[in-house]
Amino acid sequence: MVRVIVDGTPVDVAPGSSALQACEAAGKEIPRFCYHERLSVAGNCRMCLVEVARAPKPVASCGFPVNEGMQIFTDTETVRKARRAVMEFLLINHPLDCPICDQGGECDLQDQAYGYGSGISRYHEEKRAVTDKNLGPLVKTVMTRCIQCTRCVRFSAEVAGTPELGGISRGENLEITTYVEKALTSELSGNLIDICPVGALTSKPSAFQARPWELRKTDAIDVMDAVGTNIQIQARGGEVKRIVPRVNDEVNEEWLSDKGRFSVDGLKRRRLDRPWVRVHGKLHPASWQDAFVAIAKRLEGVQGSRIGAIVGDLCDAESIMALRDLMWSLGSLNLDCRQDGAKYDLSDRSRYTFVSGIVGIDEADAILVVGANPRLDAPVLNARIRKRYLSLGRGGLPIGVIGTLSSDPTWAYEDLGSNPVSVNGLLSGNVEFVEKLKAAKKPMIIVGQEALTREDSGAILKACRALAESVGALTDGWNGLNILHTAASRVAALDLGFVPRNGGRSLRGMLSSGVDVLWLLGADEFSVNAISPETFVIYQGHHGDAGAARADVILPGSAYTEKSGTWVNTEGRIQRSFQAVFPPGEAKEDWKIIRAASEVLGAKLPYDTIEALRERLQLGVSSAAGETAEEPGVDTIQAKPLLASSRSYYLTNPISRSSPTMVECAEVYAPSVAVAAE
Amino acid sequence: MSTVTNVQPDHFEFDEISEGEIATILAKYPPERKASGALPLLYVAQNQMKRQTGSAWVPTVAMDAVARKLEVAPIRIYEVATFYFMFNTKPIGKYHLQVCTTTSCWLRGSDDVLSACKKATGIHNIGETSEDGLFTLSEVECLGACSNAPILQVDNDFFEDLDGPRTETLIEALKRGEYPEPGPTNGRHGAEPEGGRRVLLEETGSGQG
Repeated sequence: MVRVIVDGTPVDVAPGSSALQACEAAGKEIPRFCYHERLSVAGNCRMCLVEVARAPKPVASCGFPVNEGMQIFTDTETVRKARRAVMEFLLINHPLDCPICDQGGECDLQDQAYGYGSGISRYHEEKRAVTDKNLGPLVKTVMTRCIQCTRCVRFSAEVAGTPELGGISRGENLEITTYVEKALTSELSGNLIDICPVGALTSKPSAFQARPWELRKTDAIDVMDAVGTNIQIQARGGEVKRIVPRVNDEVNEEWLSDKGRFSVDGLKRRRLDRPWVRVHGKLHPASWQDAFVAIAKRLEGVQGSRIGAIVGDLCDAESIMALRDLMWSLGSLNLDCRQDGAKYDLSDRSRYTFVSGIVGIDEADAILVVGANPRLDAPVLNARIRKRYLSLGRGGLPIGVIGTLSSDPTWAYEDLGSNPVSVNGLLSGNVEFVEKLKAAKKPMIIVGQEALTREDSGAILKACRALAESVGALTDGWNGLNILHTAASRVAALDLGFVPRNGGRSLRGMLSSGVDVLWLLGADEFSVNAISPETFVIYQGHHGDAGAARADVILPGSAYTEKSGTWVNTEGRIQRSFQAVFPPGEAKEDWKIIRAASEVLGAKLPYDTIEALRERLQLGVSSAAGETAEEPGVDTIQAKPLLASSRSYYLTNPISRSSPTMVECAEVYAPSVAVAAE
Repeated sequence: MSTVTNVQPDHFEFDEISEGEIATILAKYPPERKASGALPLLYVAQNQMKRQTGSAWVPTVAMDAVARKLEVAPIRIYEVATFYFMFNTKPIGKYHLQVCTTTSCWLRGSDDVLSACKKATGIHNIGETSEDGLFTLSEVECLGACSNAPILQVDNDFFEDLDGPRTETLIEALKRGEYPEPGPTNGRHGAEPEGGRRVLLEETGSGQG
């Protein structure tokens, strides 16, 4: 540790720290624009000037390394004057259009001008104007407001791994642009809005919607992928206006995927806001009582084994458990949460989660990806892989890929073929990449859904486990065999045993007339046309999507922003989110709907409050532990290539499909993804 | 976008001459540092455009070709190409007239050179190309040959010690397809004093210091 003295207070900081970090450690606030903890240091805004003893002039603290015994002064007359001068220069070409700027109220420039500026301007000449750039459907630009801090340039090159932004021309004419007009191709582009310290980059879909101080803020968990990104839902009145990330270094650092951020406008479209009952082939609006009675009537005399339930990708653990308990008490074992037909090894929880944890990526020194598209499956997690890839330098992190990547993954990799038979090749030592895995201290294998949704998934998983054992990925201190999920509800459902066990039918078994009554809890991602026509379908969910169209009774539930729920992410992290707004119309919280139905069906659930329900909620262990997996499938790996999912990244669930922004993104980015894959 | 012209060609590939030059240039850098070759490669691209089209400029597709050679993102090359005035991002005339108007040249009459350029070529404003497509006029900062001010740089050559009439003569010669000898135009040798030597007139080695 190095001891430096900040304004007379000694602090110890790690060697190699910057003066700015030392000042922060001493509790001194240093104004800054270009400096960002998670980006490289640029040192071009000059706002962080401080005085250092024996230095001839103020120094930019962000890029000034500390020395033993260095004396830093953050509050001298020189520093104050320097900040005022820098502020004056920054404002020379800034339009001061705060009243019509969306950044107003959460603008670094505004705040720091107020805190450190001089309050007057001596500049009477003409200001420059910069043409706005079209960066696609998500990021709105007002480039005249730009102060050229280059945070966005560094973010897109370093974190997002899509170096498309740059500063062209020079001096007075410097502009931030893509040069050739094109939409940013990153799935993390929304974060540019957060890191932009001024109003140059703002949210296009929520432009002019609300002022930051009008928004009520609620902590929640993102459900658009299985990363469990910590988010803050910002609502005004009954409407969610926007979603921004919260900082959680162990999960998402401070990033959020575009789907998580921008699918909010899907929350107010195509909503199910009242119960519906199908009479003579047509859906009619009904009351809750009518809907429950219709269900009770149909269930009369139906054997438990002829009832089935499927949970979707966006469900909270509470409603999954309530539905499981209801099914159990009706005598049904036909439960399934795997709409995509994925197969997992449920004998131990570590076998169906991203067990090394997302932070485990920061330690991995060789990675094998099998049947996953991390960039699209989990953009934020992919940024973590890229961070590790960059921190180890060129060639420092060998990454092998078995499968088909549908776009540039943002890190260099060795293509080991699209055929999962390559796993056997690695095992037998025929594929050279295995040497790199063996040489690594903490090798990591990431198995994705494309490998798990095949006939031979069991065999692939087994081979991956054998490989992990042989390369030392499964030791006492390190478990590097990871499953990358894409559905936010999946791990919770697996924890709760929402799978066909003890002879229960799987999704496929239920579809082809295996059951007479099918309860869909937000399940829209399987082929609903395959449900046998005689089956009575109860759809409980929040959007009028595929499932609702096929339903005989619709029970309107609540979206993730409208209920307090528990979510388990791909690494098995249990997180709680809170209710931000109320569900629309007559829609209710999902566990309450199931609780109310249980009473009508004569199988009353033993909990009346969510607290009582949560007392029984057993997450964090596999409730199927010790049991063998059902449906062994094919026991050798088939020589069929692992294909990338054909669905668009932007349209993977009912909320995003209802979102005009996401639909536009899917249109704009459809061709460019193909180009990137060249 | 203001700096990109809309007459971009849709294809660019380095020809054999350029490939040879590129091999020589890239040999100077370690492979993992070859991004440093951005500037020389942009020159190669600009020279090739001059050879092929008669206009020395770098279209976007050529910047992309440079980026591919150096294995960097295209935007990194756009940044470099737009930063330096030596690279033309728009098509220019056959001859690029670059008038230095910095202090030394200005004191020695660069205004006359500039107006002579405009008069002889018919160009009205700096940055424009003459109607016959022969000349593009630019104003540049110090070219570092102040001892021979004022200077007009034509493509890569310095024409020095100019005044208005001699500039017009030079441009007329270029129009006729001639290419006069670069260097001082007033008859002096290199940067020697005007009107011959004034000091060190004695024979060397006379012994009297």
